[in-house]
Amino acid sequence: MEKFIHLFILLPIVAFMVSVMIPKKQERLLSRVAFVSVGLQFIAAVLFLILWISKGTPILNLKEFSIYKANNYDFFIDFYVDKITLVYLLLGSLITFVITVYSRYYLHREEGYKRFFNTVLFFYSGFNIIIFSGNIETLFIGWEILGISSFLLIAFYRDRYLPVKNAVKVFSIYRIGDVGLILAMWLSHHLWHENISFLKINNVELVHHHLADNSLVGLAIALMIFISASAKSAQLPFSSWLPRAMEGPTPSSAIFYGSLSVHIGAFLLLRTYPFWEFQTIFKIILIISGALTAIIATFISRVQSSIKSQIAYSSIAQIGLIFIEIAFGLEIIALIHIAGNAFLRTYQLLISPSVVSYKIREQLYEYKPRIRNFEDTLPKRIENTIFILSLKEWNLDSLMYRYLWNPIKRIGGRWTWMNFKYIFYVIAFMMSLGLVLLYFSDKIDIEVKHQLPLFFSVFGFLIAIKAFSERDSVRKSWTLILFNHLAIAIAISFNAHFDWMHHVWYLSGVLGSWFVGLMVINYLRKREVWISLNQFYGHAYEHPKTALIFLLCCLGFAGFPITPTFIGEDLIFSHIHYHQVGLALFTALSLIINGLATIRIYARIFLGPHVKNYHEVAKRSS
Amino acid sequence: MKNTLSFDLDKVLHDLKHHLPAQSPLKDFIHHNTLHAFQQSSFHDALNRANEIFGYKTYLQLSDYRQLFEQGKISQNALDYSLIEHNSIHIKEKVLNEIFDENVIPRIENVRKHWKASFHMDMDAMVHPLLFRILSSYLDQGIATWISPFSNDGFLSAIRQVEKSSATSFFRGKHARELLHDEETSLLDLLSLVVGEEKLFEHYLFDQQFSHPGWSGMVAVLSEDDKALLDGKRIDFQEFIHFELLLEIDALDYYFGEIWSPISYRIKEDIAALFAPTLPNELATVRAIWQDAYEKTYYDEVINGLLQKTSVPHKSTPLLQSIFCIDDRECSLRRHIEQLHPAIETYGTAGHFNVEFYFQPEHSPFYTKVCPAPITPRFLIKEIENPSTRKKEWHFNNKVQGLLPGLLASHTLGFWSGLKLLASIFKPIQNAASVSSSRHMDTAASLTIEHKAGEFSEDGLQIGFTVEQMADRLEGLLMSIGLNKNFAPLIYIVGHGSSSANNTHYAGYDCGACSGRPGSVNARVMSFIGNHDEVRKELVKRGIEIPTATQFVGVLHDTCRDEMSYFDEGIMNAENKRLHAQNKAYYLEALDLNSLERSRRFVVMDSSKSLKKVHRKVKLRAVSLFEPRPELNHATNTLCIVGRRSVTQELFLDRRSFLNSFDYTVDPTGKYLLGILNAVAPVCGGINLEYYFSRVDNQMLGAGTKLPHNVMGLIGVANGVDGDLRTGLPSQMIEVHDPLRLMVIVEHFPAVVLQTMQLNPATYEWFKNEWVKIVVLHPTEKKAYLFIKGAFVPYEGIVKSLTPIQDDELLNLLTMEHENLPVMELNH
Repeated sequence: MEKFIHLFILLPIVAFMVSVMIPKKQERLLSRVAFVSVGLQFIAAVLFLILWISKGTPILNLKEFSIYKANNYDFFIDFYVDKITLVYLLLGSLITFVITVYSRYYLHREEGYKRFFNTVLFFYSGFNIIIFSGNIETLFIGWEILGISSFLLIAFYRDRYLPVKNAVKVFSIYRIGDVGLILAMWLSHHLWHENISFLKINNVELVHHHLADNSLVGLAIALMIFISASAKSAQLPFSSWLPRAMEGPTPSSAIFYGSLSVHIGAFLLLRTYPFWEFQTIFKIILIISGALTAIIATFISRVQSSIKSQIAYSSIAQIGLIFIEIAFGLEIIALIHIAGNAFLRTYQLLISPSVVSYKIREQLYEYKPRIRNFEDTLPKRIENTIFILSLKEWNLDSLMYRYLWNPIKRIGGRWTWMNFKYIFYVIAFMMSLGLVLLYFSDKIDIEVKHQLPLFFSVFGFLIAIKAFSERDSVRKSWTLILFNHLAIAIAISFNAHFDWMHHVWYLSGVLGSWFVGLMVINYLRKREVWISLNQFYGHAYEHPKTALIFLLCCLGFAGFPITPTFIGEDLIFSHIHYHQVGLALFTALSLIINGLATIRIYARIFLGPHVKNYHEVAKRSS
Repeated sequence: MKNTLSFDLDKVLHDLKHHLPAQSPLKDFIHHNTLHAFQQSSFHDALNRANEIFGYKTYLQLSDYRQLFEQGKISQNALDYSLIEHNSIHIKEKVLNEIFDENVIPRIENVRKHWKASFHMDMDAMVHPLLFRILSSYLDQGIATWISPFSNDGFLSAIRQVEKSSATSFFRGKHARELLHDEETSLLDLLSLVVGEEKLFEHYLFDQQFSHPGWSGMVAVLSEDDKALLDGKRIDFQEFIHFELLLEIDALDYYFGEIWSPISYRIKEDIAALFAPTLPNELATVRAIWQDAYEKTYYDEVINGLLQKTSVPHKSTPLLQSIFCIDDRECSLRRHIEQLHPAIETYGTAGHFNVEFYFQPEHSPFYTKVCPAPITPRFLIKEIENPSTRKKEWHFNNKVQGLLPGLLASHTLGFWSGLKLLASIFKPIQNAASVSSSRHMDTAASLTIEHKAGEFSEDGLQIGFTVEQMADRLEGLLMSIGLNKNFAPLIYIVGHGSSSANNTHYAGYDCGACSGRPGSVNARVMSFIGNHDEVRKELVKRGIEIPTATQFVGVLHDTCRDEMSYFDEGIMNAENKRLHAQNKAYYLEALDLNSLERSRRFVVMDSSKSLKKVHRKVKLRAVSLFEPRPELNHATNTLCIVGRRSVTQELFLDRRSFLNSFDYTVDPTGKYLLGILNAVAPVCGGINLEYYFSRVDNQMLGAGTKLPHNVMGLIGVANGVDGDLRTGLPSQMIEVHDPLRLMVIVEHFPAVVLQTMQLNPATYEWFKNEWVKIVVLHPTEKKAYLFIKGAFVPYEGIVKSLTPIQDDELLNLLTMEHENLPVMELNH
């Protein structure tokens, strides 16, 4: 029975690869590949369900293969099936099937017809990897695919400003979620002394045993998981990304942000439930967060005058409730709630254009000038305060800018007086210093040696900030990102027992991506008058293929699972010791920022309104 | 503070409103010339200016024209002719091959862009999202489930009230908040703060408002017409700008602290005045040459066809007569039904059928205008005794969006949604959420058409028409279409409307002559008038004798579903009942054929299936959620032919023509022609130009693709949640449209037409400035005259033989070909 899992994982991937090969003009074939493969998946899921029930609903686990193995480190692919998997499988395949059939006509003649179906299949592959994953490592692969396909679908209309801006915004929030998972993996590696599988954490005694002496670590892991789940499911304080993700064609908003993607956070919590089941503090945090989200998102939803943002916030509020249900261990109720909410929001989004004719007609016949709201019963001052706050989305959208991105940019901006040559010398010096120190590491005072990793990781972090806040030169920013990776590598090297092979894993993808990316930038600079990071250039309009190559470079550069860097990142973390919280933190922050800097470069050069306007170009506000 | 004479606020506000998109809220979509603000200039000058000032693409790209030339869609002859017309024969080589720089740096934004360029501040990002949210919330017609505490005392006053009694603020800092509450602060004070130098005020305001033309245009429209919304909101354009400036001040305070300088302090260069004259340039000439040649290629084909073919009017008593709307979508249906029987006659006229009134559906407190937009009717017709009830759609119920009801809903109804979702995809059916033309007025309901002495509505509208008034309107209708004798036993008056699902622009699909509503009430009212004994007696006095046996029947044609519904069939006499049954069969067959002809444009449809099957598929489009093109509306419209049917009857015009029946022998002095031209220029011209501009610049003058559209406050659509309102037509409506100007063709004597068109200056402007072309077909000479620079001159075109086509060949062609078809001669 376990063998069926291969089918569920491979079918969408194969369909995706076939779809990539089909010529752009073949609308019929493109849509057929998508809905036939997802339809088959749905039928298989139903059959599998019957089989699974007939066998007495066993929990299935399939250890697939190890990608990298050393000492007590084993990065392996693992699959797992239980009722949570099956609910998500049925829900996911049904909704994706419906959406692909829907989009077959809906997207007819749309410029990005092929891109749309490719991205949906890519997304669906990631979704399946997540729901079948048997350990966090496997889940993380799917998680990354989901993130990048979200970015691509939000920026589907890549020739306009807002979709691109919002895609980058959403990506930045997802990135926080990613790093939450990376840190969770790091901590749990130290907690279990192995790459733990979900099957094992079902063992109450084992979990108890490990958590008994390390309750703080347990809480930290749970919190990291919670951050990831909250980011993906748009809980406070991340909520404002969800309405802004509604930039793609309506069916893609429906499948991603109405139903599947947004409930993945809840999946993560359900999947890790046995791990934090007995951590009361964590459950209280979860309940408070869920309740706060439910109440605030409801208020925000109630003042929305646009249909899609209203649906988005209503959905966020329901997911807040779902988090509470999960915290109370009401697994079945949560699953029903998830499925119901997913269907409801998908349908509401799909029929959202009809709201005009329906409500106008309703008003035409039943016009009621002013209905009393629940809020009217509140004292005026409170009512107005809540109203203003809700209209401003409780400042959630500016929160991230205010307290995270803008300070970072400001720090980076401080060094504008430093020209690149100068910075390059400093970096070159530091790097050589690092290498020299490494060479003589035996002779360094042990106290000093312990501080070196942190020192270099902070240095790497500063480079990342510089790369992120660079306004002008693309090549400068691009190369700074490389230096950031190198600095991380040096920092980790000071830790004992470091295996040089791990650097090869980590840096191979980075160096390759950097080099090809640099070639692309040079190629473009020869053909286009000027490119900088100060505005969007939209060069994908004239250079779609180059854009694709550069996107792949960016993915490699940011540690996406297409190069060994992906494993490398995890490996690097496995060398960070328990007590090196600072090192872990700065390394993680580096990864967030360099990922952002990378995607920003891609967005600025290739996406957004085309800088040449000999053809139709949309207004920035449109 | 100071207020000097050089800056005239009222004038600037007036100019601004004039240049902003004039698009009404979604429920009233009325086609108009997108560049109406430039209409006092001639067409090509205006397009060039709009391009330089606002950066709009007003023509196709040169590469497009050259490709059309290579494909033969622009003919060599037409190009040569156009070169001569522009005195540019010497630059032919350049026209054909030279690479021009078609990038444009428009003058708009030249002042305000300095926030980013010189101050490194992203003003739009800091102001727009909040501004749009507040405005949208204020204007909201019923999306928000918490009806905002904004009062309806005007925009600023509402904001002040909410701000005053709250513990927080829309603004980030104190400064802007104080300015808001200080009622002494004038717009000029704010401008001085933000802009600085007065000479830049006008340019800054244009830059600011054109950074979000959609919302600004909506405010401009609403500030002029307080009846434009059902839930009326008072909003003043100046107050809106006032508030936007406050938000800008707040953003500046936030970004720079308390001390910052106005924008003019860092503008070193001289900025050209927005409306300074544009210099003639070669690129503009080349574009005009290509556009004229493109149009000429098609015009030649049509004029050639019209001059060669004229059918002989049928002499015997007609079997049935159908009066359709002028609408281009009825062009093919008329051809199909005529081909079914030689004694079937059809007519075309503006689809309000010369009755102008407000319609009040039963149970509704609102009146709906059902006549061309510029007319202000004095009459009201009410629907009474409507037996049907409305179905509800719980997905739109406000409660579902609430927290606890939502919890309940997702646990229960959520699964029902799943089923509905499946059903809507595999078996789409009519439901409460879709739009149906038949819902405008219930077939079984009655109407208060005849005025009873003393019956007036509260606001002074006369309820129904008196006999005298009815007779005037019937006479006007019949005379203007030239139907004053030889009546058939049954005369059908066919209004039209459209059905669609999931379509925010549904109002744009109905009858333009009925202010974007279905023409069913008008058709029914006019039929009632035609059947009225007293009215007929009155008409006899005026020289029109309608036989007693003749009866009028009101009909609604659904242009999407290709279905007809007939009103008041019960009043027919026995003989007519028999005839009616037979006629209905003709209509049914014609409708099948019409749906087949339409299907060829829907590339995803297989038109070679059986007629009934194709028609069924076409009907499905009206109820399918996933169908962004229920029908193609006015796409490909290019002609408006005003004349007897015999002029056009033998020609295949491919649904590209508005057809207005008119008999010059009945109207030798042009009395009725004036009325026709007064309607044709703004209505058909407006439709044509809206299609033109939405096609050549779908991003700035059109609404872009409709797939990501999000409904804002029930009044407009935007992309995503933070976007500006999109005006114009979505790409799905215009993608098959060829951007050609409308050519009006009138069958009459040139002198009479010239005299008539000059009577109304507003109408004359359309022709004089060549926004609409006009050609006269001389009825006796069999020659065409083109209106150029104030006079009719003989039309120069290539004469070539017409391609004759047999019915079955045509049918075959209609199933095979997706592209535009040439003008052909119909052989039966």
